[in-house]
Amino acid sequence: MTGRRWYTPWLFLAPALLIAATFSIGPFANTAVLAFTNAKALGGGHFTGLANFIRMGQDDTFWLAMGNTALYVVVCVPLLVTLPLLLALLVQRQVPGIGFFRAVFYSPVVASMVVVGLVWTWLLQSDGLVNWVLQSLQVISGPLPFLTDAQLLLFSAMFVTVWKGLGYYMVVYLAALANVPAELHEAAALDGAGEVRRFWSITVPTIRSTMLLVGILSVIASAKVFAEIYVMSNGSGGPGGQSQSLVFRIRDVGLGLAGETGYASAMSLVLFICTVGFSIIFFRMSRER
Amino acid sequence: MSNSTASSSETTVEAERPRHAGDRDPAPGRPRRRRGVAGLALRYLLLCVGFVFLAGPFLWQLSTSLKGPTENIFDYPPQLIPAHPTLQNFAEVADTIPVWQFAGNSLMVAVAAATTNCLFGSMAGYALARMKFRGRTAAYWLFLSTMVIPFEVIMVSVFLTARSLGLVDTLAGVILPTAVTGLSILLMRNAFLALPRELEEAAILDGTSEWQRFWRVAMPSVRGTLSVVAIFSFMFAWDDFLWPLIVLKNPDNYTLTVGIQYLSGTFTSNQRVIAAGTMIALIPLLALFFSLQKYFFRGVGEGAVKG
Repeated sequence: MTGRRWYTPWLFLAPALLIAATFSIGPFANTAVLAFTNAKALGGGHFTGLANFIRMGQDDTFWLAMGNTALYVVVCVPLLVTLPLLLALLVQRQVPGIGFFRAVFYSPVVASMVVVGLVWTWLLQSDGLVNWVLQSLQVISGPLPFLTDAQLLLFSAMFVTVWKGLGYYMVVYLAALANVPAELHEAAALDGAGEVRRFWSITVPTIRSTMLLVGILSVIASAKVFAEIYVMSNGSGGPGGQSQSLVFRIRDVGLGLAGETGYASAMSLVLFICTVGFSIIFFRMSRER
Repeated sequence: MSNSTASSSETTVEAERPRHAGDRDPAPGRPRRRRGVAGLALRYLLLCVGFVFLAGPFLWQLSTSLKGPTENIFDYPPQLIPAHPTLQNFAEVADTIPVWQFAGNSLMVAVAAATTNCLFGSMAGYALARMKFRGRTAAYWLFLSTMVIPFEVIMVSVFLTARSLGLVDTLAGVILPTAVTGLSILLMRNAFLALPRELEEAAILDGTSEWQRFWRVAMPSVRGTLSVVAIFSFMFAWDDFLWPLIVLKNPDNYTLTVGIQYLSGTFTSNQRVIAAGTMIALIPLLALFFSLQKYFFRGVGEGAVKG
């Protein structure tokens, strides 16, 4: 600690502090303030109390976006907690070539959501590969409107979200599975416990906190869905905007020349409370363990 | 994996593998060995199903991008291998949109993000890990809190900030909000925390300044974590869509992700050309990933499991 002036640490912190203050903490404070005003993109705006939140209550498009987002979370999260675990169990064992498979399974994670969205758009359109496969297997008689029906588009986007997320959570699970003590499995096997039994009574309890973590990460990620719906609906949010998500709505309302930054900020605050609420629940649950 | 020192974080998933629960053969003996072989065959079968499911869509897109104009891409049954492979579609993307300029913009943004995250992230991480000063805990919590604020929540306000700073429609405007992230700072802090005290003390005896100790002694010892930070910030910047979509107006400034969406939305319904465009955005990144994959797996372990 010799020869250091009091401001030395702050010089080291300065660039990071400046960026965090300007592009994160500051805008967050600003969002919290704007939410209670009627500010517009071109300026102005004064305090209007809870008016934005009351308006939200009567805004059908907000509730549509909120409902779509909630449905997104409800469908995607259970899939993202379970399927990557199965994938991790599949690739955990060291067999020749496993590194290659792990890398391939992870590759959708690396790709941009725009690329992934366009790839699946090509697969899911009415004369695309998926419809061809389903028709030739005679599962369906005519092509399904995966991208042109509001509900189906939403489910197609969910599918893409899950598809892209599999590899990421697979690696999270792999790290957790590596900590499951082999001795417990050996002992249980000697007692005659089969693989399924050992999975439920040894593996699952050991990785419980990781499952919780994956749960909360995927809740936060699903609540913020935007790019997959945007790309797969070609920027429209589905027919008549029926498939739009909350982030989609915030962007529509808040940006552009006619942007209502106050109202959009109020919706942003609702999104924040939802995601942070889940984070807090998670930290509580993992501490009580 | 819940403590946060770099020495444990430098261990990969691989390294912890040998004592792994699933690694053993069930037991010696012939009938079980036969079951082991069948199990192995089943495992490879499932791995191949996974391969088709997760890599197939990319391969199908690649195949489409290579199909010539005389080939029917809606042919039934579908052909994975192009009959007349051609690079013409890639040339056609460039005729339709300035795709190489978009790629240059993306590269610039991604390299800048990787550089600033490494530099500013390690400076801040070093101060948090190796210096004692009033306000350190507050600074730590401040950076931690930025990780809890989703960008989507503040995007409208970030746009207003960018506008008042004159950053709208500039690449600097794309880069600055993610120039240093809370995750980069925390990863670097954990790496610096794990360095032995003696290293520093020897340098102090030599009469070096704090900056010299940081730059010449501490930084070379955390190269592993630095590369993780660099790769991940590069990848996030290259892939990001929402913020560039908001902040960029003039098509000349578009990054690849925005440009490719613009191509498919406005310019063409020619699927071969769209496919070629997506390949231009995908292939460089996949190449980077496959050459550096061990760092990716380490990075996810550090970022997520360490919570």
